[in-house]
Amino acid sequence: MSLAQIVFLVVAAVILGSALLVVTTRNLIHAALWLIVTLFGVAVLYALLNAGFLAVVQVVIYIGAIAILFIFAVMLTRADLRDRAPQLNRGWWLNIILALLTFGGLIWLFQSWTGFSKTAADIPAGFDAVAQLGNALISPTGYLLPFEVASVLLLAALVGAVYVAFSRK
Amino acid sequence: MSWWTDPVHTIAAWLTTLLTGWGLPAWLASLIIQFLGVVVLVSLLMLLDIFLVWVERKVVARFQDRLGPNRVGPWGLIQPFADIVKLLIKEDITPAGADRVIYNLAPIISLMSVLLLWAIVPLAPQILGVDLNVGALYIIAAGALGTLAIIMAAWSSNNKYALIGAFRQVAVLVSFEVPMIAVMLIPTVLAGSMGMNAIVQAQNVPFVFLAPLAALIFIIAAIAELGRSPFDMNEAESEIVAGFHIEYTGMKFGLFYAGELLHAFTFGGFWAILFFGGYRFFGLETLGPLVSAAILLAKAMVGYWFIMWVRYTVMRIRIDHMLAFNWKFLTPLAFVLLMVTALVNAWLRNSNVLIYVLAMLAANAVIGLGVLQILRNVSRRDREKVEGPSQPVAAGQ
Amino acid sequence: MQNEWLYIGLFVVVGALVPTAAIVLSWIISPKKPNPIKQSTYECGMETVGDNWVQFKAQYYVFALVFLVFDVETVFLFPWAVALGKLSVFAVLEGIIFILILLAGLVYAWRKGTLDWV
Repeated sequence: MSLAQIVFLVVAAVILGSALLVVTTRNLIHAALWLIVTLFGVAVLYALLNAGFLAVVQVVIYIGAIAILFIFAVMLTRADLRDRAPQLNRGWWLNIILALLTFGGLIWLFQSWTGFSKTAADIPAGFDAVAQLGNALISPTGYLLPFEVASVLLLAALVGAVYVAFSRK
Repeated sequence: MSWWTDPVHTIAAWLTTLLTGWGLPAWLASLIIQFLGVVVLVSLLMLLDIFLVWVERKVVARFQDRLGPNRVGPWGLIQPFADIVKLLIKEDITPAGADRVIYNLAPIISLMSVLLLWAIVPLAPQILGVDLNVGALYIIAAGALGTLAIIMAAWSSNNKYALIGAFRQVAVLVSFEVPMIAVMLIPTVLAGSMGMNAIVQAQNVPFVFLAPLAALIFIIAAIAELGRSPFDMNEAESEIVAGFHIEYTGMKFGLFYAGELLHAFTFGGFWAILFFGGYRFFGLETLGPLVSAAILLAKAMVGYWFIMWVRYTVMRIRIDHMLAFNWKFLTPLAFVLLMVTALVNAWLRNSNVLIYVLAMLAANAVIGLGVLQILRNVSRRDREKVEGPSQPVAAGQ
Repeated sequence: MQNEWLYIGLFVVVGALVPTAAIVLSWIISPKKPNPIKQSTYECGMETVGDNWVQFKAQYYVFALVFLVFDVETVFLFPWAVALGKLSVFAVLEGIIFILILLAGLVYAWRKGTLDWV
């Protein structure tokens, strides 16, 4: 097994394990910290795939902004940070069976895909991912309209957040 | 590829032949060599960190008109080593009710986030950890990890003053990241790439002459990011003693402190890389990579001295003034600067270098004067609200 | 597999090991004599007064929220900035429209008083 495969398996185990801990741990701040581990694992996956820009963007936005927002929200709303409710559903064994069936079904569906047994082609040398992304975002035949609409979307998010946070003023 | 012109690759090639001669597969040999490279760099950084403690104490002493440490060793050079030994043998007191795992993890993540930054610092074109093409965002990502460490430290200390200090510090940190990222976009636009080495190579004219306001905004935002005075909300010593690291003793506190100093030096280095030409200095860098590294470290030390100068001169700013300064002044200014720089760059990109530089300087001057005029009008309006309209001076009296 | 991120991964590992080694060394060498007074929470030398949990100002959350929107905006601007060198003035204008829309949002938040501390 190559180094990339070993690293992938370790990272996948870390992501799944910490995701499970996010939903089962009783302490809310610990849950937020396990979420950060999960998001960091996803960033490592992006780096494994040579998507460097996405890896740093994942860390900057998810860990640097969204996770901190989660922690602030938790600290803002709860005096008692331990979750007293039962951590598992009543029919949890049925849910596990359904999840395993779904997973098995997906594996069976993907068996016919040749991508599993082929390694991806190497990225051509001199391919500047960020510059290509920039070109695509700007060009009128590319993603120019979604680019500008994204800014309107962000404006809507900001206005909505201000309205919700300050509607009592 | 001789020893002087390409030391890192020469040593790596020699080690590769040695290791594969011992029968290791090629990928394992290259992994071991990279690991050794990282270990050497981190060791040199920790040594530099110790030296920075001495520099900091001597400089603060001179600013305060006293001598600083001069007993232990010549000029007090052994003092930081004595400090380290003292911190190591101090008792490690964990407060009751602290969350032990997070409590121990926070200083580790804090120092790790600073060490991570050195992976992309180009000491020379040939002495470079990794030439990431997303270098500018990587700096912000490492800063995000540092912010996380502060929250973890404060939360796990089970101390309300630590929490207050940390909330304020994190609010300041995240707020000042916005103008910092916006200003880091300016060297990116001027150089056409986010990679640190590419930005240095593009600085035939150092970017401080093309965007002086951007350099100023960057260093202000960087000082806020570092948590140093005049923005040191976390260590407002006269207000909340030591902020988020109140409950830390011994070496863990030492790690926070050393991390802060190294962080300041690192940002001095990034200021030099982004705006002052990095390892370039009128062609001296072609003499060899070690000369380039020395040039960059010297510029970083000058940047660090500037940060210390600001720290020991300016008083601490109140938190609401700090945040108002950021959101109402720095952020709009940074974005306006970005727009104007991008416009002038696109318009005059292909013309004479002198015209380009003068046009950029003129644009910066216009923006600067406009901002000053706006500030004057705003403060006059505020003053008139408090004092009443100012009487016009009668002529001839 | 010559992935440049491998170097960063090694940096993370070594960067985590060095402070851990320092802490472990300190733990080995230092004396350990815990007693309840030493371990009590620090409050400028007095006994702690009041709850250990402080009411968190809602304003921190608002600042983090505004920061999130501007963070995403600047992340969108990075590919634009990198690609700008070879494109025409039209591309610059598109980016300027993007920035202006978000500056309008900042002005809105400013006028609504969300950027004030009190």
